[in-house]
Amino acid sequence: MRESSTELQVHDLQGWYGESHVLHGISLTLNQGEVVALLGRNGAGKTTTLKAIMGVLEKRSGSVLVEGRETIGLPTRQIARLGVAFCPEERGIYSSLNVAENLRLPPVIKPGALSEEAIFDLFPNLRTRLRSQGTKLSGGEQQMLAIARILRTGSRTLLLDEPTEGLAPIIIDQIAVTVRKLKQMQFNVVLVEQNLRFASEIADRHYVVEQGRVVDQISGSEFVSSRSKLNKYLGV
Amino acid sequence: MFEALGFSAPAFFGQLLLGIINGAFYALLSLGLSIIFGLLNIVNFTHGALYMIGAMVAWMLATYFGIGYWPALLIAPIFVCLFGIFLERVFIRHLYQLDHLYGLLLTFGLAMIIEGAFRNVYGVSGLSYSMPEMFQGSVNLGFMFLPLYRGWVVAVSIVVCLATWFVIERTSLGSNLRAATENPKLTEAFGINVPRLLTLTYGFGVGLAGFAGVLAAPIYSVSPTMGANLLIVVFAVVVIGGMGSILGSIVTGFALGIIEGLTKFFYPEAANIAVFLIMAIMLLIKPAGLFGRTS
Repeated sequence: MRESSTELQVHDLQGWYGESHVLHGISLTLNQGEVVALLGRNGAGKTTTLKAIMGVLEKRSGSVLVEGRETIGLPTRQIARLGVAFCPEERGIYSSLNVAENLRLPPVIKPGALSEEAIFDLFPNLRTRLRSQGTKLSGGEQQMLAIARILRTGSRTLLLDEPTEGLAPIIIDQIAVTVRKLKQMQFNVVLVEQNLRFASEIADRHYVVEQGRVVDQISGSEFVSSRSKLNKYLGV
Repeated sequence: MFEALGFSAPAFFGQLLLGIINGAFYALLSLGLSIIFGLLNIVNFTHGALYMIGAMVAWMLATYFGIGYWPALLIAPIFVCLFGIFLERVFIRHLYQLDHLYGLLLTFGLAMIIEGAFRNVYGVSGLSYSMPEMFQGSVNLGFMFLPLYRGWVVAVSIVVCLATWFVIERTSLGSNLRAATENPKLTEAFGINVPRLLTLTYGFGVGLAGFAGVLAAPIYSVSPTMGANLLIVVFAVVVIGGMGSILGSIVTGFALGIIEGLTKFFYPEAANIAVFLIMAIMLLIKPAGLFGRTS
């Protein structure tokens, strides 16, 4: 019997890349309307955690409950259809599709999805670039497109992997505005971020990941006071 | 003008037409091969055998059931498609993660089994398939006589090739296919059933071969080895055009058929090797092929 507000419950998630044991028991919770950040050094296992939740990681064990339903044994496409959407680090914009096709590729899997009009209101730039080849867009535009297309599906739980990576500060601000709007719209977000400033402005809670484990949890309000502790974790 | 150059117009255009018809078969078969290689990463050596099955099914329908050309044009490709789906599900899908070599060997083996089985029952000499009545005869175009059936083959091949191109490049099903080709894992993470897409793609690709088989039945000898002979040339066509390129297969197929036809007219000795010579040159200059992507 799940609490009505728990969207994602991960318990003792283990993961392997081939023979290599990379996740050693990740546990975290995501409640409805929350933005939760995964912080940690490069190679700590943050992206791997997202991939494991999404079922993209081939070998995994433990428990991943999506809205109370066990997904650890399910194939990726079924996890997606339960309402979890993944925005990968490299953005994953298809070069063999134009912008419109990229936008419309992920199927609508739940009612209450954002209409295209609503999406263009959030991302006005995309409206004029629909016929362009997907990869001809700038980095910031590709990031907007990557977020836009998963909003069109109706998925409420979004896994965003380093959405601000490699982007100019002015674009990062736009993405921050977007993620804040998503939070207002009651989306549930797991955010992997290296950019501490961005994470601190957006997330309600932060998990610190180190060598495939969650080693600490910091609430949004404690972020500033825990800054030196965080810096140590991140080797900054 | 042609007489002044020393050869006759009807002979020239006749040879050109034969070239275009061969080109139509090259296009249909290399299109299927290209689609299968592009998405499944399988070099489908079974393609020739499945083309032969298409022709054989048409012949069997006529011989054992009295079912004529027009129903066969629908039934045979569907049969080949379903058989292809069976092959993909049972054998081929286990090889996707492996080196191309394994797919090549497996499909080569399957081709040997299929052709051997048919050879056992029907021998190697050709079986005859009668020309559908409405296509018997020719029309006089002035500079040459155009056999009606051959005109039909070229026309329907072009239509089928263009329709395939349209579905792949301009529809949402085609988007799913292109996305799954480029990044299968991410595409699946969006909820798209990629394994099913692979199965249907293989079925469709070989269905095209089956369709070509029926087209071939009235004009080429229907025999268990008809696919093997054609497949070698088709592979050369795919190499020249570029594996995985839809437009490349269509254009190159027709173009090489025409070049082969013209070579046969001007310098018959070289006709058989013309395509392979071009393939060798292409591999030296641009291995990815004319329309292939260098990655």
